[in-house]
This record gives sequence, structure tokens and C-alpha cells, in this order.
Amino acid sequence: MLTKRIIPCLDVKDGRVVKGKNFTNLSDVDDPVSLASYYSECGADELVFYDITASSEGRSLFCDVLKAVASNVFIPLTVGGGINNLTDFDRVLKCGADKVSVNSGAINDPSLIERAAKRYGNQCVVLSMDVKLTEKGYRVYSKGGRIKTEIDAVKWAEFGEKSGAGEIVVNSIDTDGVKKGFDLPMLNTICNVVNIPVIASGGAGCVGDFIKLFKYTDVDAGLGASVFHFNEFTIKKLKNELKNNGVEVRYD
Amino acid sequence: MIAVIDYGVGNMFSLCRSLERVGAESVVTSDFDKISMADKLILPGVGAFGDASKLIKQNGMDKFIKEQCAEGKPLLGICLGMQLLFDKSYEYGAHEGLGLIEGEIVPLADYVKGFKIPHMGWNRLKIVDNNPILRDLKQGSYVYFVHSYYAKCKKGVSATTDYGIDITAAVRNENIFGVQFHPEKSGENGLSILKAFNEL
Repeated sequence: MLTKRIIPCLDVKDGRVVKGKNFTNLSDVDDPVSLASYYSECGADELVFYDITASSEGRSLFCDVLKAVASNVFIPLTVGGGINNLTDFDRVLKCGADKVSVNSGAINDPSLIERAAKRYGNQCVVLSMDVKLTEKGYRVYSKGGRIKTEIDAVKWAEFGEKSGAGEIVVNSIDTDGVKKGFDLPMLNTICNVVNIPVIASGGAGCVGDFIKLFKYTDVDAGLGASVFHFNEFTIKKLKNELKNNGVEVRYD
Repeated sequence: MIAVIDYGVGNMFSLCRSLERVGAESVVTSDFDKISMADKLILPGVGAFGDASKLIKQNGMDKFIKEQCAEGKPLLGICLGMQLLFDKSYEYGAHEGLGLIEGEIVPLADYVKGFKIPHMGWNRLKIVDNNPILRDLKQGSYVYFVHSYYAKCKKGVSATTDYGIDITAAVRNENIFGVQFHPEKSGENGLSILKAFNEL
């Protein structure tokens, strides 16, 4: 059967991996290529590679960094950040991306999801959403989590699936960077309304957080950044613990 | 020399880097002379079947590939490239494939109930028939899948994977090989398949 995936997320700015607490106070962590190769060797199932500044500052991805990563890492690579049109899709796919994640680009032009799905196949299109609990319920935020929209997160997820997204990354703004666990209620809310894979993001602090994630939600993959970058525990240790707790993971 | 056939559908970059990694010489090309000079062919593919089948029929590429294969040249189709080897697909309408392997490409959603679509992630191979490109793989090896459609076929299946039903993971019809998963994205297991294909 399909295994649960463990995915280190590399937020990249100016060719370096950074990780911000609640998206501010960026701090340099490591070189993307060496970090990506390291993760691949120690059992990461996939990598997500975000140009975190691209969507707000309108900058395009650094294709050189992407190419260097894709030349050294032979596991799936999702690329996001600054994807606003089909030309952007084309550009990152040519540099070795397997899946392309759209966030603000899809908020600005929701037809992008369907157009990309028709051209590249559903499995190529990942809808990434930054979500926060508000008085009105779960709301989608744009521009890297900085700007509140009136979009209902549940409806947005449903729309994404209907338009042809092959996967959804759900990042909780409330738990991101806090390291006290994933946002399980929010993830369950989203998992209940879609039938495509859901990747949980935001909040991983310890091995137990991943065990809870896979035991108490239906998500397919867990994303982690600082827990891995700062080597708080290895992916190998994480996978062993998951296996011991009855979660199916890839271990060869 | 392996010719990676360029028919306007992406995903060549990782494939070429992984071929390099296993010591295979390759060239990405749509040039008939170069393709006929190569001793093996790879048909890559990411995207939707309809667009891809239209693109591959432009300039007679489909006929040329078939001629090359009729001479016994090994061809490996990967993911959408594998699906193109079959007779027909029902992805966003009905489209003709190359007809090199008997069978049809059908939506997973019509056959797999209670599972998420696409079938996306690492799954285990159940090897059911001898296939020289799988020579270095153990039973149960993990490889990476990303697809929403699958090949429904009776003959030529050399490996399947379990996703509620047995899904065609690898096929072979003499010198025609196909894998539904992505060897260029399946870590060491995937690289071993490309190596074995190169050494055929």
C-alpha cells in the first residue's frame, strides 16, 4: 500500500534555505543542494522547495538552484512560490520540478488550476493554501500568509479538487513555526471534503507530532522544515518511530 | 546512446540527470537522424494524454517511433510515456495511442473505490514476470507513482502495485518496455532500472 510521506520543506530566499517563525524573522539555515542531497540520502520521501519571497515581491524562482537540486536528488520535487501562469509552470518543470504548487497565483486567477491541470495533468498541480482560523471560520491568506482574503478554506479546497488539483498542501498559519504540533482540527476539516492527497504543514516540533498527525487525521504526508534543518531528529528516527506506531512508511 | 524523445512534453531534466548518474549517454532530441542513430529510446512524459498524443503525431513522430521499434530497438516509456504505448486512453475524451502494447488507459476513479486519486506516493512493486529492466529489484521494492489513470491490460504485465486493486506498474512486449512509476524519482531503486535498461 501507499506509504505516508515525510517531506522536508526548503524555503528558499536568495539561494539559501531559511525558516521563519510565523513567516517573519528569516534566518539562514543551509545550502539547498547539500541539504536536499542529505535529506534524500536519509530517507526523505519527497522535497518541497518554496521560493518564499516570490509571490509577494513578484520575483521569479531561481532556476539555477532548482536545477542543481534536481541534478543531485532523485526523489520527487515540488516547487512553489511565484507561480502565476502557465509560463511559470513550464519554466520550473523544465528545471526538474515534478509538481508545481500554486498559492497566491490561484487566488488571483482561479482558472490557473484548471488550465494547468489540462496541460500538465492533474497530478502536476498542487494547490497550496495558507489557512487561519478566524471568527468566520477557516480563511485563506495570500501573499505568503500576510494578506487575509474572504475565501473560505473548505470551499477553496473543494474548488481546487474540482478544478483539477492533484494534491493540496494545507499550511496552518496558527501553528506554523510554533512547533507544538500540527493543526489537527483544521486538517480533518479539509480531509473530510476532498478525495485528493492532503499534505499537512505547519507546527511539527517533535516525533510525537507526526505520530499524532497520521493517527488522528487522514493526511497523506507531513511537512517539516526547522525540525529537520536544525537536526532535532533524523528522518530515519522519525520513520522508525512511525513504523513502531503502526504507520506505514517507506524504509528501504 | 539513448535518445530521449522530445515531443514537447516536459520532465526531461531529471530523467537526463539520472541517466547521467547511471553512466548512460543520452541525447534529448526530436531529430529523426539522431533517433535512428541511438541504440535505445526513451519516451518520457508528464501531463495529459490528449495533448501528448496530438504532439507525438505531429511530423510523423509516432510512425517513426513505431518503425524504429519494429527493427527491434528497445523503447522505454515512462509514466505518460508508458500510457502512450497503449491503444487508447480516456483522459479528457478518447484518444488514440501508439498501439505498441495491447490495452487501454482508464480512470483510476472508475476502478478504485475508497482511495484517493491521484495514486501519488511510494508504493511497493509486486514482480509477476521476468523483465530484464527490473533485474536488480527485490520483491516489494518501493518506487514513486503519480497518476490518475492506469493501464488496463491482460498481456505483458511484469509488475503490479496494490492500490485497492492490482495496478499495472511495469509492462513488456518484447523490446517495448513501460513503467507507470517514475524511475528518475524513485531513488536508488529507480536508478537501477535505468541502469539495467541502458545495459540491455
